[in-house]
Amino acid sequence: MPDLLLELFSEEIPARMQGKAALDLKKLITDGLVEAGLTYKSAGSFSTPRRLTLAIEGLTAESPDVTEERKGPRADAPEKALEGFLRSTGLTKDQLEIRDEKKGQTYFARITKPGRKAEDILADVIPATIRNFPWPKSMRWGAGSLRWVRPLHSILCILTDEAGHAVVPFDVDGIAAGDTTEGHRFMAPGRFGVTSFDDYAAKLKAAKVVLSAEERAKAIWHDATNMAFAAGLEVVDDRGLLSEVAGLVEWPVVLMGEIGADFLELPPEVLQTSMKEHQKFFSVRNPKTGRIERFITVANRETVDNGATILAGNNKVLSARLADAKFFWENDLRIAKSDMQTWTRSLENVTFHNKLGTQAARIDRIAALARDLAPVVGADADQSETAARIAKADLSSEMVYEFPELQGLMGRYYAEAAGYPAEVAAAAEEHYSPLGPSDDVPTAPISIAVSLADKLDTLTGFWAIDEKPTGSKDPFALRRAALGVIRLVLTNNLRFNLDRFVDAQLVRHKISLNGEEETGLLVLLKEIADHGVFGAALETVRDKLTEKGNELAERVPDVSVDLLRFAHDRLKVHLRDEGIRHDVIDACLAMPGNDDLALLVKRAEALAGFLGSDDGENLLQGYKRAANILAQAEAKDGVEYRYGADVKFAETDEEKTLFTALDTAATQVAPALEADDFGAAMTAMAALRAPIDAFFEAVQVNAENEVIRRNRLNLLHDITAICAKIADLGKIEG
Amino acid sequence: MADTTSQPRSFQEIILRLQTYWATKGCAIMQPYDMEVGAGTFHPATTLRSLGSNPWAAAYVQPSRRPTDGRYGENPNRLQHYYQYQVLIKPSPPDLQALYLGSLDAIGIDTSIHDIRFVEDDWESPTLGAWGLGWEVWCDGMEVSQFTYFQQVGGHDCKPVSGELTYGLERLAIYILGVDHVMDMPFNDPDAPIPLTYGDVFKQTEEEYARWNFDVANTDMLLKHFEEAEAECDAILAQEHIDPKTNKRIIMAHPAYDQCIKASHIFNLLDARGVISVTERQAYIGRVRALAKKCADAFVMTEAGGFIPETA
Repeated sequence: MPDLLLELFSEEIPARMQGKAALDLKKLITDGLVEAGLTYKSAGSFSTPRRLTLAIEGLTAESPDVTEERKGPRADAPEKALEGFLRSTGLTKDQLEIRDEKKGQTYFARITKPGRKAEDILADVIPATIRNFPWPKSMRWGAGSLRWVRPLHSILCILTDEAGHAVVPFDVDGIAAGDTTEGHRFMAPGRFGVTSFDDYAAKLKAAKVVLSAEERAKAIWHDATNMAFAAGLEVVDDRGLLSEVAGLVEWPVVLMGEIGADFLELPPEVLQTSMKEHQKFFSVRNPKTGRIERFITVANRETVDNGATILAGNNKVLSARLADAKFFWENDLRIAKSDMQTWTRSLENVTFHNKLGTQAARIDRIAALARDLAPVVGADADQSETAARIAKADLSSEMVYEFPELQGLMGRYYAEAAGYPAEVAAAAEEHYSPLGPSDDVPTAPISIAVSLADKLDTLTGFWAIDEKPTGSKDPFALRRAALGVIRLVLTNNLRFNLDRFVDAQLVRHKISLNGEEETGLLVLLKEIADHGVFGAALETVRDKLTEKGNELAERVPDVSVDLLRFAHDRLKVHLRDEGIRHDVIDACLAMPGNDDLALLVKRAEALAGFLGSDDGENLLQGYKRAANILAQAEAKDGVEYRYGADVKFAETDEEKTLFTALDTAATQVAPALEADDFGAAMTAMAALRAPIDAFFEAVQVNAENEVIRRNRLNLLHDITAICAKIADLGKIEG
Repeated sequence: MADTTSQPRSFQEIILRLQTYWATKGCAIMQPYDMEVGAGTFHPATTLRSLGSNPWAAAYVQPSRRPTDGRYGENPNRLQHYYQYQVLIKPSPPDLQALYLGSLDAIGIDTSIHDIRFVEDDWESPTLGAWGLGWEVWCDGMEVSQFTYFQQVGGHDCKPVSGELTYGLERLAIYILGVDHVMDMPFNDPDAPIPLTYGDVFKQTEEEYARWNFDVANTDMLLKHFEEAEAECDAILAQEHIDPKTNKRIIMAHPAYDQCIKASHIFNLLDARGVISVTERQAYIGRVRALAKKCADAFVMTEAGGFIPETA
């Protein structure tokens, strides 16, 4: 059982690609080997900046013989067909077997493919894997045509067993597999031979290469935390940076340096971002003050001066970077303190989207909507509007120009410095949230108002110009915006009808798209008619116009409803992740007031809980049975049975009991629904299960007596009607 | 010849050492292109010569202009006019990384005490319709060079691939010479009878150009020049390949490319003047790229571009 060692040695592989490449190498090659009939005990892969390595233990030395049977032409087929079959199987006629088949006597061939040696299989699988390797970006070099992530220099590929090691003979575009490799570029240049994986790993370490990325990361973290601890400090945790840095070195040497006193007053996030983005430094924090006081850099070598020159160089580069950051910070603060609106005004020259106008126009619309929304989220209207007006001001600041990822956060610092109330300043940072599905949702009222207004303005804007997401394309992250709205509403249990705010903002967009506010309501309505807007906006405009307006309004495609449908679709995805079935949501969506998302979800949650219970499941069956019988009868008789059943025509006890139960339920369900207490409504409904079951058990609906039959059909209608108050149960599957 | 056993003492010594180093490695030491460009890549010795199958090896200093980077000579390392050192070898030799590291040694960066790293940085020039993969090279955390394997230029696949090295000379020199501000850097030998600093040579011009670039340049005129350069480029390339006077096949790829360079620089000036909006920006870049592509198309039809004329 030989072991395989493969190393692909190249120029520096981007750190972000190394981990996946090592996994891909393992998967592609082991899959290829297994497909070719080999098996193995275990496989592991490794990466450094200059190499991808795969070690397979206990590989079978050869693949087994494989026998396959192939059906040929019929015995009475023309000679040509037989010749073709013989050619394709490589057999002679006397080697074929003739069997009786349904369609007559038929030739069969048994072909035995002899097993292949592991080295021959490897010599096929490895070059094919190299040629088709799934790098996110690959390149050519020199005069060759091979593609790799960076120029590939050498291939080490050996099989090792008790008898020793042997090179697997293959060649990829002139690079022949061998049994040598190189150590660290600077600390141990020169090639050396390798006989097995253990020998390889040991010799690499001696040549100043730690093969395992995990081991490098551990060593870095260990040394960094120790060094910080010794100084009474702590390293700011950053797993992403750690794995990136581990991919930039073969021989990590951790060095700690001080941040110049001039820069310690910068916000910690600025220090951290500048050091991480530009220099890939870790931040080292003083746990007592929370201030970032030092940095950790990871060099790729040891030096005779113990890294003194390297650290001095890094220190100097950092000082230049931080001098820039400090310059931005001080300039920005000066402007913020004099008038933060200067920045907002300068956004008049910044295009948000060529159809939707400038950032400044967008801020105006968001501010107006934030003001509208303030009462429903419990925020002060003036403060919400102010917050919206300064929330994006930092987009004009130099710091955010340099570090776009600090947008919002800088706005908060600057707004605080400018003397805005803390809640207003906080909205600058928080109004971007939530960005992702697991991001924190703002809970402060002003932040909620601005965040909702921002997202609704984006959604209505792109809907107004018909730039909706299609398939996988969502360049303006509108799905994310819709999910943001949903999470804001649900997390904060905000009860309001979304539709009217959507309509209000659509009208604002239409007005800015038309250019002039005084264009006149008719023009606006024409625009609405052509491009579509409905709901309150249209009503408002139509109310002010006479018949002419109504005529146009009749043929309006409904943008507002379309956007609400989009929001509902996102809500379905969100609720599905929370375990609520899509048909349950559909049943609730069919109810009025479905633009009140919090209400909709309350209803769906209660319904999902109810249907999960035994009573709920049975009641659903009862409802379906009632609805079916009723539908058939109505279709047959051509009348609707809706005229109220009368208990005086009830013949059986089961019927009478059901009458009573429906009356009782009706008196309980109505107030429960009035109070949006779906739980109580469902409990009241649960009491109907037994009487309905008993009714269907004992009573024949289609009675001989026409009066009694009609009465029973009307009773069935009462069942469906009370259910319809809860949700459209007809949409529930099963 | 510069003394390579000691540390260089001036800006010009670093340049001279690079020239000597790459000359000994077989590069043709070329002179700067005589037009305003934004980077050494724009020199036809790189842009055009990276196209086609003919082998090539050139190294040169290229004065480069980035009007938006002007800081009136006050920023320690930001300039609107600066120098790049450019090396282009086609096909890229297998030991290009080692050759490059040798050049660092030649200019006084001792790799046994410094930390040299190749950090992913893919290069793309939207105006040239060009891209390549490679790294920025770090020395103790500072970017000292750009190292790129060209994959496409002017919309053409590079076959063979050129290896391109770009050194930002001022930044590199500030580091090697241990000065804090570019203007304090010795330009010539500090012990010369008339020692000159970088500031002596360039402080005043940085001020003058910053003022002109940002506030004075006549934008109407520049816009007109842009259109003219664009039109001239098209007109040159629209000519018949056979020159009616000499009856020779003369495709004027280089004169056309000069117009492309001109358009690109005018665009940079307009950008610095702040008269190009975000949306217009993309359109201008697209127009320059269209010129670069046409020039590349024309160059590959010339002998220098690898075109083999049919023998009668």
